[in-house]
Formats: sequence, C-alpha cells, structure tokens
Amino acid sequence: MATTYRICPRSGLQFDTDAEKLMRWNAVAGVLALLLGGIMALGVILTRWPAVHLLPADQFYLALTSHGINMLLFWIIFFEMAVLYFASSTLLHCRLATPKIAWAGFWLMAIGAIMTNVAIFQGESSVMFTSYVPMQAKPHFYLGLILFAVGALIGCFVFLGTLVVAKAEKTYEGSIPLVTFGALTAAIIAIFTIASGAVILIPTFLWSLGYIREIDTIMYRVVWWAMGHSSQQINVSAHVAIWYAGAAIVFGAKPMSEKVSRSAFLLYILFLQLASAHHLLSDPGVGSEWKVVNTSYFMYFAVLASMIHGMTIPGAIEQAQRAKGYNKGLFEWLRKAPWGNPAFSAVFLSLVGFGFLGGISGVMMGTEQLNLLIHNTIYVPGHFHATVVIGTTLAFMGLTYFLVPVLFKREVLFPGFAKLQPYLFGLSMYVVALVMMGAGTLGVSRRHWDMAFAGSGMAYEWPGAAYLMMGLTGIFGVIAIIGGAGWILQVVLSLLFGKKLDDGETRSTPIPLTLPPQTGGHAAHVATPGTMVLALVFLVSFILYYFVNWKYLSSLWGMA
Amino acid sequence: MADQEERVPVMQQVLDNPFLLLFLGITVPTVLYIVWGVMEVANIAVAR
Amino acid sequence: MSAISPPAERIWWKQPIDKLEFTWIAIAFVWSLVMFVMMVYWHVAGGQNLSNETYKTTKEMFAAKAQAVVDKYTVRAGTAAEKEFPVVAPPAGSDIYLIGRLWDWWPIYELEKGKTYKLHLSAMDYMHGFSLQPQNINIQVHPNYDHVVKITPNQSGTYSIVCNEYCGIGHHTMVGRIYVK
Ligand code: HEM
Ligand SMILES: [Cu+2]
Ligand SMILES: [Cu+2]
Repeated sequence: MATTYRICPRSGLQFDTDAEKLMRWNAVAGVLALLLGGIMALGVILTRWPAVHLLPADQFYLALTSHGINMLLFWIIFFEMAVLYFASSTLLHCRLATPKIAWAGFWLMAIGAIMTNVAIFQGESSVMFTSYVPMQAKPHFYLGLILFAVGALIGCFVFLGTLVVAKAEKTYEGSIPLVTFGALTAAIIAIFTIASGAVILIPTFLWSLGYIREIDTIMYRVVWWAMGHSSQQINVSAHVAIWYAGAAIVFGAKPMSEKVSRSAFLLYILFLQLASAHHLLSDPGVGSEWKVVNTSYFMYFAVLASMIHGMTIPGAIEQAQRAKGYNKGLFEWLRKAPWGNPAFSAVFLSLVGFGFLGGISGVMMGTEQLNLLIHNTIYVPGHFHATVVIGTTLAFMGLTYFLVPVLFKREVLFPGFAKLQPYLFGLSMYVVALVMMGAGTLGVSRRHWDMAFAGSGMAYEWPGAAYLMMGLTGIFGVIAIIGGAGWILQVVLSLLFGKKLDDGETRSTPIPLTLPPQTGGHAAHVATPGTMVLALVFLVSFILYYFVNWKYLSSLWGMA
Repeated sequence: MADQEERVPVMQQVLDNPFLLLFLGITVPTVLYIVWGVMEVANIAVAR
Repeated sequence: MSAISPPAERIWWKQPIDKLEFTWIAIAFVWSLVMFVMMVYWHVAGGQNLSNETYKTTKEMFAAKAQAVVDKYTVRAGTAAEKEFPVVAPPAGSDIYLIGRLWDWWPIYELEKGKTYKLHLSAMDYMHGFSLQPQNINIQVHPNYDHVVKITPNQSGTYSIVCNEYCGIGHHTMVGRIYVK
C-alpha cells in the first residue's frame, strides 16, 4: 500500500496521508480528554470555591482524580503524539515510518484512557493521578495507564523511525529543523518517562491483583515521580518547540542562533528529567546531596536553558519585525505584532505566563529548603496551572487555530471569538494560578475537600485572605473554563460545519525539501534591545521573589 | 560550495545524532536520579 | 530559514552569537550558580534544613514508642475540643513521637519556646502530610519510616497540624495540635 502526499495550498506544507490521519485522530482524542477534564474542572473549582462548595467529598475526590488524569496525561499526550508526527513526517517531507504500528499505538492509548476512566467513574479508584501506595485503586485503573503508556512509547519510536527514514531517503539536507529537534527532545524525555512509569506501575498493578504483598512508599515516590515530573518536561520541550514554530509561522522568524537554541535543548535532554526530585524535597529517606544535585537540574542547567529559550524566541520575533521596518524605539516591534491573530497571542501569553508565573514559582519551590514552605499546599497546583495550562495547553490551543485550516481543511468559524479566546482563557488562568499560589503561601492544602474542616475535632481557622483567594480561584476558574469550553466548541463546530477548503494537490511521491539558494554571508545583523529589556525585567522579578522566600523561611521554627 | 568540504564540528555531529542523544537522555537521569535515589532508600538503617 | 526548516548553512555550529544574546546567557549562567550555591550555603549557615535522619520501622514499634512517651509525660487529659487526646509535655531535648493515622495526629504536645526537640514522624496506614499552621512548614509522612526532625519553636502559641496529603474521605478532618509555651 503506497502512501500519498498532499500539498496544503494554504501553508505549502506537505502531509503524508497516513500521518495526517493519525495527527487528526490523536488531536481529536486529546480534545475529548480535554472536554472530560474540563467538565471535571468545573466540579473541582465549584467545590474549592468556599461559598459554593458544590460536590460531596467522595465526588470531589473522584472528579479531581479524573481531572488530573484526563488533563495531564490524556489530553496532553494525545496532542503531543500529533505534534511528534507533524514535526517528523510533515516538517521533513517524509513518509511516516510504519503507520500500522502507529495506529496500534493510538488504539492502545485510546483503550487505556477509556479503561482508566471507567475505573475512576466506577468509584473506588479515587486515588488521584499520583496513586500513592498504599492507597489502592482497582487493577484496571493501573492497567489502563500501562496500556496508554505503551501506546505512547510506540508513538515515540515511530517518530524516531521517521527521522531514520527521512535521513535514509534524503528528504532533507543537513540538520533537522529546530522545531523537529525540540520534538526529538520531547520524544527522548518521553521514552525515559514511560520506562520509569513501567518500572513503577507494573509492580503496582500486580500488587493491586494481590501478587505482590507490599510496595515501599518512598521507593514508589522516587520512581513514580521519574514518570510524573518528567512527563511535564515532555510538555515543556513540546511547547517550547511550538513557540519556535509559532514565531516561524506567524513572522517567518529565523532562530537567533541555531547553535544556542539547540544547545539549550541539549541541556534539557541531559538535565531536565532530574527535576523529578522536586517532589521529594520534603520527604524522608533521600539525602540532601541527592536532593540538591537533582532538584537543581545538576546546577540549574535546565533553568539556564529555559531562560535562553525565553529570550531567543521573542528575540527572533523582534529581529523579524525590525527587519520588516518596525524599528521605532524599544517596543514598536511588539506593539505592531498581530495581537488579533490567536496563533500569535496564544504563543505570546503562553511564553510570558510560563516564564513569569510558572518558571519563577517552579524554581522557588524546587529549592531544597524553600520547598518546606509550600509542599502539598495549593501553591503547587497554582504553579503547574501556570506551566501545563498557560504554558502547554494554551500553546496547543494556539497551534490548533493554525491547524484547523491546514490539517483539517476547514475554515475556522467565529473568527471574532478566536481573536479573544487566548486572552479570555489565558488571562483568567494567570489570575487562577496567582491566587492559588497566594492561598498556598498562606498554607491552604491542595486536594482538600473543605478548608473549614467540617466535622473535625480540632478545626484550624485559615485567615480571611485565604478564603478570599480561594473565592477568586473559583470566580476566575469558572471564567477560564468558559474560555476553554468556547475553544472546544469553536474547534468542534469548525470541524463539523466550517467551510470545506480544497485539499490541494495530491501526489504519490514526496517533494524533497530544498534549501533556498545560499546568499553570500549572513543577513544583516539586527540587534534586539527590546527583548533584552523584557528579559532583565524578568530577571529582577525572579531575584526579588527568590530572596523574599528565603527571608520568609528564615523566620520559621528552627529545624535541623 | 567551499564549505561543503569542511568537516562538521564534533558538537554539531552530536546534536545531529538522535540515537546518541537518546542514549545520553536516558543514562544521565537513570544514573543520577533513579539509581542513586533507589540506593539511598535501600540503605536506610533499621530503627531499634 | 525559519525554525520549521533545516538550517540554511550546512555548518551552523560556527556562526557567531549575537552580543546581547551572549550577555543574557552569561547573566543567566551566573544566576544559576547563585541559586545553586544558596542551597549549599543554607546547609552551612541557615537555621531551617530538613533533617535526613530516617529509619525503617514498623507501625507496631513506632506506636509503642509513642505510647511510652505519652505514658511518661502526659500532663492532662485533653478536653472535648481536643478530642480528649492526651496532652503531653516532654522535657526539652527529648524524643517525641507524632503518629499520623486516619484521621488524627496523635497525641497533642506541649513544647517550650526556644527549646529543641527530636520530633519523630510516621504514619500508621496511608501517607499523610504534616502541615504546621500558621507557620507553614510542610513535611511528607510515610508509613513504616521514622523521620527524625529536630525542631526549635521560636514563638509561643497554639499551632495546628493540618493533613495535606490526600488520605481518604476524612482527609479534611485530620487536624492535630501543638502548644508552645
Ligand atoms: C480550565 C480550567 C481549569 C481549572 C479551573 C482548573 C482548576 C483546578 C484546581 C482548582 C485544582 C486543584 C484542586 C485541589 O488540589 O484541591 C486543579 C488540579 C489539577 N489540575 Fe486543573 N484546572 C483547569 C485546567 C487544567 C488543565 C488544562 C490541566 C492540564 C493540562 C489541569 C491539570 C490539573 C492537575 C494535574 C491537577 C492536580 C490534580 C491532583 O492534585 O491530583 N487543569 N485544577
Ligand atoms: Cu492524613
Ligand atoms: Cu490527609
């Protein structure tokens, strides 16, 4: 069965028909998971909003388990599979290696996702997505996760296989594109992630069946987080790749330096996964040397890498804009950016929110001693809603606006709403993340049904400000859900009813990628002072916040 | 073109080799995080 | 070319780096080192470091040790608002044992300000989360491990221990207490 290739008339991209179909199905499966997770988010947020306190305790924990798993695992990883296929087959003008096996991977993921959801909704598996032992879920809860992971692993190998095919069949010259390199980083981290997941989930599954008597709780947390946190690092690599793609697609921006950006990805490959230790900083049993080396990504090398990406992407945009003549002052390039184009505004809000809210808070809480201040408080979900929601989810949403016409061949309905959507969803999520972090700074617990401690013999009374913050979490959480639901509705309706666009030419052989003719020397160099100013503002905020927390720590009870 | 003849620098060769990167990306965290961490947990003394 | 196409130059490793970009990398690198050194420095000079002293234990052994301290140093029976738990005032410097179980922290300790105690933490069933309020010190508590944390309360008052690791349907009722005189 020979594959065919379609040249998209709108983007000039070339799609292997098998790969294209896989991308569509993976993206749709991801959106379904997002829908389910979003409905659960409504239950969660309306319960944590003290004045509403909607669900009874058992349903709250069920909804929270489902929310965490569907959002963090199913939505993001399905979508990432689509990104991997896009970054390999499409960007390299190459056929997808072994499409049949890729489909097997997809179906394993789908069956696994359904199985785990069934287990959750049957009750008795409300163990949160972390499923810490010795709290036990039903066996099919773990089995579903294992199947999903195996399917995703297959997807990673198909991606690597496609890189091999492209090289062997010489569909491109020289090095792979930077975006593909970012996707490769994500795939490598994914392979480590999934292998760690197998090491811990398979014994846990056997334990739930009664074949293993006991699982050590510290060991579980060490190995589980090698999966749980590294899977977030897949997201980071993937959405950074998408930021680069967004800058390229919207502005035709060229990376400031291939060498710098790729080296930064190399630092991710080497060190990002060590950050799994962030979750064990307040645990007994692992020593300070281990904690310090791992939590700091060796020596903050992965933070260094993120700070590099955080500067080079806006820098590349600034260069492209200045080259177009938006040269006035420090910021004309930014003022004149296409703020009404959701593919741009989503990327920009994602980058800024990820850096300022997610990045700074993440480094603070990933500091060995400072972690004591916030471990298991709602600060933690505050932080990671800035990373996985503002960073990853918003970037994926922005990319989708680009993909609907290109990949699904439909016109986006309601373009007016599309202009607003990144702001509605993104900015309300900024507030949600901030107020959750605020409440967490005051001590409010995560995964906690009732901050008034109803029925407790010795209730503690949180300060009024904590209630205020949780109330704001509720209000802005609902707004964010509206923004997210609007996006789902818009995408689904566009896929169903949007104006059909023409397929473009279909061929039986791929057109190899050719490089544009080499112009002698380098293009005129453009400086990026505006980006540098933004970067310095970031750095100053970072330093201040970091040391404020040390000051706070130093006022606590002595501990040794 | 002249630069077609020039040898590709070692670092660029490393970055162009996905399987070498895969090897590094698995080995570093396995050794520093998992193996070291599991050994620490396995060596915790027993309370008397 | 842009980031979605292969680099235009066959050899991109030797391209010069933009001056501002390089400056930023240097600054970011220095800041990374500062943050790394801060953690190490705090181990030497800081007053709040989580202890690494941990032992494997059993639920029975840990419960027996806690019971022994309670038997020896209980000063009064708790009131109804204290769940009638024993209120225990061990001498400064001693080993004190706090049990986390579904859904209590047991017993209640009465400590002296400025004095140091060796607080042993362990759980009887699931994991629990020791969250001292309004201080906001948070420590993970595991079953079958005895985690020894030296604490020195620096302010008198009534402190609550909220459980902040999800431990089942009664998780939100799991609150304990420490008095500091
Ligand atoms: C759309 C609006 C969303 C709202 C209002 C929302 C709200 C919340 C809240 C309040 C919590 C904390 C509950 C608690 O610990 O008691 C939570 C937990 C969580 N959320 Fe969201 N969320 C949203 C979207 C997302 C998305 C898009 C993702 C992932 C991509 C996500 C991932 C998670 C995860 C992993 C948890 C942790 C669950 C756990 O502790 O087991 N959320 N969410
Ligand atoms: Cu508890
Ligand atoms: Cu609890």
